[in-house]
Amino acid sequence: MRELSLNILDVAQNSITAGASLITIEVKENTVDKTMLIGIYDNGKGMSEEQVKSVVDPFFTTRTTRKVGMGIPLFKMAAEQTGGGLEIKSELGVGTEVRAYFKTDSVDFTPLGDIASTVQMLITMNTDRDFVYKHIVNEKEFVADTREIKEILGDVPLDTYEVSQWLFEFIKENTEVLYI
Amino acid sequence: MKTLAELMAIKEATQQKMTVREDTGDDATRIVVGMATCGIAAGARPVLNAFVDEVAKRNLKGVTVSQTGCIGMCQYEPIVEVIQPGKEKVTYVKMTAEKVAKVVNDHIVNGNPVAEYTVSAIK
Repeated sequence: MRELSLNILDVAQNSITAGASLITIEVKENTVDKTMLIGIYDNGKGMSEEQVKSVVDPFFTTRTTRKVGMGIPLFKMAAEQTGGGLEIKSELGVGTEVRAYFKTDSVDFTPLGDIASTVQMLITMNTDRDFVYKHIVNEKEFVADTREIKEILGDVPLDTYEVSQWLFEFIKENTEVLYI
Repeated sequence: MKTLAELMAIKEATQQKMTVREDTGDDATRIVVGMATCGIAAGARPVLNAFVDEVAKRNLKGVTVSQTGCIGMCQYEPIVEVIQPGKEKVTYVKMTAEKVAKVVNDHIVNGNPVAEYTVSAIK
């Protein structure tokens, strides 16, 4: 993956497949310690201990039509190659939390990339789910919550083009100012 | 900077335009972009975005853009399927955002699939 945000897009699809109604994406960066946490948390159907062990294995997938699942292994590799790591906490019927830790000063650190585009796409392609996007840089924080946005919109759908464009700019601009 | 307050104005403007929600029934054209790990890694995100933009820009009615998983030809991703009622499904391979305008113009609007981008063009 050329951007970590593409890993986020990919891993969040697992939450959607798991039937999650609420998916939280957290990006927490410390520019002093040069660390970044990327978390994807959901209230989907969860996994057994056995399944958690096997999702990091590229030759495990819940699909029955194919035998290879690369999403989590790629995300894990992206984290480990910087000197970080990946952990998964999951409980059947409760949900799953995936956390990846990165050392941002590693030469093998993949840039976060176009996170605004990723979050916009997740939200507008899955309007029946709710998303919380939380981005923290040192002590500054930005949170976007689709439950709040939907309340403002009323009967105007989230995937209306004008709303979708606004959403992209809203996330992009508010994320950028965290780094100023 | 964009704020939630601004969203209120967008809502009101949209509500006025939005008389009838566009038809997404059986006679709709579906543009389906493969968004599994393989598709995403190959660059499906900008392709999907480009379709959404192009459809909105041309104000096309009865056209939906959606996503799907891996259809099993990972080496040809990004893959896009165009499904129209009464017509054979057209599968585009190795799509890029640049190719999107031509597909929308020639195929979606004018009914002529872009043969050179389809899976049948692969040698």
